[in-house]
Amino acid sequence: MDLVPLFKPETVAVFGVSPIDDRHPANIIYNKNRLNYPVRAFPVNHRGGSFQGEALFTDLSEVPAEIDLAVIAVRAERVPDILTQCIKGGVKGAVIISGGFAEAGRHDLQERITDIAREARFPFIGPNCLGIYCPACVDTFFLASERVVKPGPGNITFISQSGGILVDQMIKFSQERVGLAKGVSIGNKAVVRETDLLRFFANDPETGVIAFYLEGFEENEGREFVTAARECAKPVIVLKSGKSPEAGKAISSHTASLAGDYETFSSVLSQFGIVEAKSHLHMVYYCEALGCYPKPAGERVAIVTGSGGHGVLAVDVCSNLGLTVPGLVQKAREELKARLSAGVQEIASLKNPVDLTGSVIDDDVVETVRYLSRRPEYDSILILLLPYSPGISMDLGARLSQVYRQEGKPLVAYVPHVEKYGMLIEGFELNGVPVSDTIEGAVFMAEALRRYGVC
Amino acid sequence: MLTDEMRSILSDAKGAGWLMEPQAKRLLSLAGVDVARFTWARDADEAVGFARSIGYPVVAKIVSPRVVHKSDIGGVVVGIKDDEGLAATFERFRKIDGFAGVLVEEPLKGMEIIVGAKMDHQFGPVLLLGAGGTAVEIYKDVALRMIPVREGDIRSMVSGLKAHRLLEGYRGADPVDMEKLSSLLLSFSNLVMDMRGMVQSIDLNPVMCSSSRCVVADGRIMLNTASLP
Repeated sequence: MDLVPLFKPETVAVFGVSPIDDRHPANIIYNKNRLNYPVRAFPVNHRGGSFQGEALFTDLSEVPAEIDLAVIAVRAERVPDILTQCIKGGVKGAVIISGGFAEAGRHDLQERITDIAREARFPFIGPNCLGIYCPACVDTFFLASERVVKPGPGNITFISQSGGILVDQMIKFSQERVGLAKGVSIGNKAVVRETDLLRFFANDPETGVIAFYLEGFEENEGREFVTAARECAKPVIVLKSGKSPEAGKAISSHTASLAGDYETFSSVLSQFGIVEAKSHLHMVYYCEALGCYPKPAGERVAIVTGSGGHGVLAVDVCSNLGLTVPGLVQKAREELKARLSAGVQEIASLKNPVDLTGSVIDDDVVETVRYLSRRPEYDSILILLLPYSPGISMDLGARLSQVYRQEGKPLVAYVPHVEKYGMLIEGFELNGVPVSDTIEGAVFMAEALRRYGVC
Repeated sequence: MLTDEMRSILSDAKGAGWLMEPQAKRLLSLAGVDVARFTWARDADEAVGFARSIGYPVVAKIVSPRVVHKSDIGGVVVGIKDDEGLAATFERFRKIDGFAGVLVEEPLKGMEIIVGAKMDHQFGPVLLLGAGGTAVEIYKDVALRMIPVREGDIRSMVSGLKAHRLLEGYRGADPVDMEKLSSLLLSFSNLVMDMRGMVQSIDLNPVMCSSSRCVVADGRIMLNTASLP
């Protein structure tokens, strides 16, 4: 199956466009693609009629172009016929929005469309899904453009069994300014499943991190998925729902009772180097960090702060997550001290956290981060930046990003996210250094690098 | 690869749905997993003969297809010191439901661990290593990996246990022989891979680990009877 036309279509036929109902999913999908995306869109309705002054095509054969992608939003019973029509007409792939299949007990109908597609090696996403969001390319969500929060372009591809979770995750990405390469809601995943998409996006040049919201796998499908993830050179992040044990299950042995479904899932994921996000929130920070640094790092964190309290809070979060904060040896403290400005030299606490105090100026932070980047006893550096300190300028983000590019040791930063500090934050983010709006989030980002390393 | 003898042990146990301890131990030893030296005695003379050959004290356990939990019904006696004691135990076991002989074996020393496997719906064969042996459900200190495992997986399983410092020789105790433990886990994993489809779950519990050996003291293999020949 070739999945490229699903994500890079030039022509799109939308099945089910209504002449009268403007809120019909097909109408929304047709409208947004015609108006907002660089595709040629064609509205189809077998009953005919007209929509916005144009005649609706009653059949694929009437459409005056070869179609790359069919978006099907008609009653479930009509889907098999349309699918057959698409295959005959040389369409390259489809998104089936319609519900009313396995999720509604109609396993027979789902089997029919699956058989039709498999026989023709015809890829489709769904049914019962939102489908594909590809920034500046195509969008099959039946949600009006003005209602959806869209993250900026980026290198995260998020694949979700649930459409709602995907839309919600997009809001969270957007709030944390994490850019998206593709969003895919796969619904009942009758033909194209998680592992197919994992293999496809492993080779997609726009995708740097592949993230999943998963509910569960079919028999042995988990084995196939983790094996594919091990072969994939990009970070794979998974958020799994359904973590609580199934009650009332007959347990035949100690092993069966201790190796519950979720415990097994979680252990096998880390065995294969997949990063498991325990919540939505972790998902955002893990994506942000691994989107910037798709390489594993160890657990030893150096912390640079302008406030003792922030440093101690960060150490607490680190130790809860199994990250270590090793101290600076005496010689290193002396070397570092010699690099600091006169006002800070005598009052800074040069252990770890390195507390540069409220008298800190930009140069102190830059020199400290550069020095720590060269120390072999640290794997990553956490910067807790308080832009209200009088000696901190808005240029510091960009300057510290430079240090990362020169030295190569991953930096993660905490900066309070308010408009006032926007330029400082952008100085980091636009230069590839991730920034969190909370101390915990910044530690989660360091943790993501360490978790990617465990395999 | 399963040998003919391994296959026949598995199909003999199909009716019961699980392998009794002597069957399980024979199968494990054929796969290169160290088990306690044992015999499956059908009469008291055979039991006494074996006990003399390995030397007292010995352990005696009931063998019965109807008894899954031997200790619960007094079917395990440890520290038997002489012929008379063994003969008396044999006579007592004879009255237990489904009596099919007595397993006589050497006593073992060391730290108790559990090694297990189960067929997971999503991932297939999965290996478990846990501290505490028979008390594992209290400590819940376990590590899980999908089979086949690599040597690095085994190292990380051991180091991931809270009890790993006990295995490494806590407060002057001799450390467990890690090579023996790794080789047991690897041989066992290979056996599980070869039997996948045929088994549901396996408990080797306890496995006794010391500075010289890692030995299966008790083992139970629950079969997936539907798929056995």
